[in-house]
Amino acid sequence: MSDATFVKPAVGRRGGGSAVVKRLVRDRKVVVAGGYILLLVVLAIFAPAIAPVDPLAQDLSNAETPPVGFSGAIPDFLLGTDDLGRDVLSRAIFGARIAITVAFIAASLAAALGTLLGLLAGWYGRSIDNLVSRLVDVWMSFPAVLLSILLVAILGSGLDSVIAAIVVIDWTRFCRVVRTATMAQARMDYVTAARAIGFRRGAILVREILPNVIPVLIALLTLEMGIAVIVEAILSFVGLSVSSDTPTWGGMIAQGRQIVHEAWWVMTVPLLLLCATVIAFNQLGDGLTRALDPVLRR
Amino acid sequence: MSEVLLGVHSLSVRADGGQRILRDVSFDLAPGEVHGLVGESGAGKSTLVKVILGILPRSMVRTGGNVVYCGRDLFTLPAPAFRALLGSEIALIPQDPLTALNPGRRIDAQLTDGFRLKQRLSWRDAEARAVTLLEEVHIREPRRVMRSYPHELSGGMRQRVLIAAAFALDPKLIIADEPTTALDVTVQKQILRLIHGMQERHRTALVFVTHDLGVVAQICDTTSVMYMGKVMEQGPTERLLAAPRHPYTTALIAANPRHDRPESGLKPIPAAVIAAMRAEIAAGDANG
Repeated sequence: MSDATFVKPAVGRRGGGSAVVKRLVRDRKVVVAGGYILLLVVLAIFAPAIAPVDPLAQDLSNAETPPVGFSGAIPDFLLGTDDLGRDVLSRAIFGARIAITVAFIAASLAAALGTLLGLLAGWYGRSIDNLVSRLVDVWMSFPAVLLSILLVAILGSGLDSVIAAIVVIDWTRFCRVVRTATMAQARMDYVTAARAIGFRRGAILVREILPNVIPVLIALLTLEMGIAVIVEAILSFVGLSVSSDTPTWGGMIAQGRQIVHEAWWVMTVPLLLLCATVIAFNQLGDGLTRALDPVLRR
Repeated sequence: MSEVLLGVHSLSVRADGGQRILRDVSFDLAPGEVHGLVGESGAGKSTLVKVILGILPRSMVRTGGNVVYCGRDLFTLPAPAFRALLGSEIALIPQDPLTALNPGRRIDAQLTDGFRLKQRLSWRDAEARAVTLLEEVHIREPRRVMRSYPHELSGGMRQRVLIAAAFALDPKLIIADEPTTALDVTVQKQILRLIHGMQERHRTALVFVTHDLGVVAQICDTTSVMYMGKVMEQGPTERLLAAPRHPYTTALIAANPRHDRPESGLKPIPAAVIAAMRAEIAAGDANG
């Protein structure tokens, strides 16, 4: 700190909604990752209009056609067909529906539950903190994937059960991080200052502490979306997600695994999509954190 | 001193482990006057501030005494009534401007909190009042500062914002907890002059915590010298500095570096003074 009492704040750091968007657009990683996610969302919503053929239509005379560019390819099937002659591209597009739905709904619900409990535990401490922390400890001692398989087995398969399984398991991730962040913020002087102007404890939590927890929460949320996509794929892979007549990436991988020597593309296409989606969510979270956190901005 | 705005009566605080942190502290403050609390680190100054504001950490307990504001005992006041007083009648200027502003909220949001929550003003009205306040604390381009985040401002500027926030609702009493300690020497003078000017203009009573006797001499009407949570000497500042009665006060004054006589060097507090003072405090503890 120099003797310059009057430092001009740099121009353009207004922190309003438009400024955040501007910063995001300037970040190439965010543009690529966000563009990819946006593309998936559009594909998911308009799948029936975009998919070249019916994802369930079987064409046994054209079974196991390789993707365009390989010998024996048929231009009608851009990414080839599986052992029942179904179009891999169309199935992948329809598979995005389940993946995106699970990613957004399951991650948001897990975040909401975990954040609420984390804020309460970190702020009020004492018995609430003890209760929540022990709950998290017990929760985390179960192997996550086995627990979700068990849960879906009990709840019955279906989209709702998959989402419920992810929320029930992954809220602890949010709870732990938010609790720690809240405790760290609670020790800051601005909290004392807020108490000294007579704010209620609840008001301080919502108005003062929550805004400082949100950047880390956003990063975690996008990370969780990637995880949710994977968990859904795992459950589809073992046949515990939606019914088998709905195309999913996990289901395609499971099916493609059996014919990987004859038709490697059936497994490769959804696998690549899955990887790309998880990476995109992670990169997006990284960029969002930097754009939203006023201190990290340059 | 006929009228008393704030009366602190034999206040005692202990830590969880039983150690005494404040020992029987008393002082009175008249409306519009400035009372200085001087002492080394660990003398209990900040704890005293926290008790008055009712924000003592859980690790400390008040074991005796009371604080009376405008004839009302603050500790028997119901919590909502106490909260209503804070901010609008009693305000705080915190010690460290770098951490006392919320890093995640813009200055406009933080500075208008009081207007919007306590006076129920609309955002537009609150914003206009906040801009006027920033002008009053000599901030150039107040509208730009309003849209800034704390990390975009210098330390002196942040302290000005905090001073503006403290004076926002025109309280009768402001507690300044070492408001210049975390700042640069050149900025310290400006800030001190600013607080003094604002205090006189608004006729606000001030409890000024500091470890700097020079500051006390400049702005405090009366002063308490504290050591280990006990008031060693108390009185009108002029008399206290000109004719100290307690050896510790004498030693503190002597320890103040003299810029006009650099050859005199730094004088530590003599060990004999400290030993005598500790014996005095121990004797007091045994009786209490």
